[in-house]
Amino acid sequence: MSETLTLLFGQTIQMFLVLLVAPAIAGITRRTKARFMRRQGAPIIQPYRDLIKLLRKEAVVAQNASWFFRSAPYAILAFTWVAAALVPTFASGLMFNWAADAVALVALLGAARALLALAGMDVGTSFGGIGSSREMMIATLAEPAMLLVVLTVALTAGTTRLPEVAEFLTAAPVTVRVSLALALVALVIVALAENARIPVDNPATHLELTMVHEAMVLEYSGRHLAMIEMAAQLKLVLYISLIVCLFLPFGMAPANAGPAAWPMGMAAYLVKLVFGAALLGVWEVSIAKMRVFRVGEFLGGAFVFAFLAILLAFLTREVLN
Amino acid sequence: MNHAYDVSHLLAGLMLVASFSLLYQDRIFAVLNIFAAQAILLSMAVGWEAWTQQRPHLFITAALALCLKGIIIPVALHKMIVRLGVHRDVEQVVGVGKTLLLGLALTSLSLMLVLKITVAADSFTREGLALALAIILLGMLMMITRRNAVTQIVGFMSLENGLILAATGARGMPLVVEVSVAFSVLIALFVFAVFVFRIRERFDSVDIEALENVRGDTK
Repeated sequence: MSETLTLLFGQTIQMFLVLLVAPAIAGITRRTKARFMRRQGAPIIQPYRDLIKLLRKEAVVAQNASWFFRSAPYAILAFTWVAAALVPTFASGLMFNWAADAVALVALLGAARALLALAGMDVGTSFGGIGSSREMMIATLAEPAMLLVVLTVALTAGTTRLPEVAEFLTAAPVTVRVSLALALVALVIVALAENARIPVDNPATHLELTMVHEAMVLEYSGRHLAMIEMAAQLKLVLYISLIVCLFLPFGMAPANAGPAAWPMGMAAYLVKLVFGAALLGVWEVSIAKMRVFRVGEFLGGAFVFAFLAILLAFLTREVLN
Repeated sequence: MNHAYDVSHLLAGLMLVASFSLLYQDRIFAVLNIFAAQAILLSMAVGWEAWTQQRPHLFITAALALCLKGIIIPVALHKMIVRLGVHRDVEQVVGVGKTLLLGLALTSLSLMLVLKITVAADSFTREGLALALAIILLGMLMMITRRNAVTQIVGFMSLENGLILAATGARGMPLVVEVSVAFSVLIALFVFAVFVFRIRERFDSVDIEALENVRGDTK
């Protein structure tokens, strides 16, 4: 009984850890970008201040907005939060690990995205519509690649459940796996596209012709906007955690280690998270944004990489058995 | 044993990735660089095979691949393009997306085929043959989908990379055959070069569509 309680406690820690750390990760990325552009940059805690400010402000809603427009931000945050809480971060073998299935994760994120696209069209402004249509275009290209990555990992580890994959990869002897490297490249491209990052979308712009994510949320304000921002930050943390969990799971507390191993795992996780956020900042300053019509080729590249990864994983399995 | 397999799998897999990059790339110098990289990967793969399988004559094959295809042919093609003065974007007959999808289909096909028919062989041979067939088919696809004569040459050469990989995987290819193949490729380069310059002289372009117009076909 007490063991169950411990596991539940661990799961709760993870749930609030991702929520608390998410704005800081966005702040670190912005700060890195600013420093590389030789600007001072906002302090890392700036996103927290922004969120608090937004939560205090009045939410202005368009006259013809329906109930859906008002309720969508909460549902989006809920879906993303659940997904982010499921990805193994500092320890595996927590309470709801049986639910941390990669396919379920893709489904949760897909649901959040569908809600966001609908909300973008709800008020009927043209920017919302264009943002939604572009978001769905990116999603139709990114999701197949994402599922192929999941299947590649599943083929290697024999399961789609993330904690077990992480344990398999930590326990396996160090070998060169070209299929996993290709899957990593594909997953990074998908993560960039899904998080509306350069070169697919620019998170810092409000230029009408190029914005995708910002166009959809243009009508939101106050606490609604705070929910959406928080969901976006959580999604970034989720993808970094996913990449870390699948490809660099070293340092994660194993399932049977108990709470004593958690602080160590948490330290390793936070270091990896900060490193990932800084790396994203460096990447973003060193590359230009693509035209929207070239995004298809970029994400097609992710699909090709993921497909090659699964073919090579299949080949290895067939040949060695 | 497993270690040996991992590295050869890595090198052959990277060669396959290079084949796909050749299909994707639309700038001519980048195509040449990727081709050189593929040839260097090939020589590394052959060299690794020679080292782990104790077949020293394969070192000669590796050295030939490195010198001829990793250095001489890319440099020659580079000079040829500079002297031709053609514009450096490559037109493609079908779009990049379709080409890549076709490439994926061909790769899947060759893996399925080779894995089905070589059940009895050992793992190195199966692996080498499967990836080599994929690289050969991708080379052919590149020759079909490109309209620029220079990139068609690169397609042919990358096809030949696949052939050498297959020959390494399959035991018993005599050294004489390998050496003669390597040199015939070099001869082929000269023949191609002569042809390309003739085409260029006659039509002011290396776009082979000009040839179709001369034949009087309606497009």
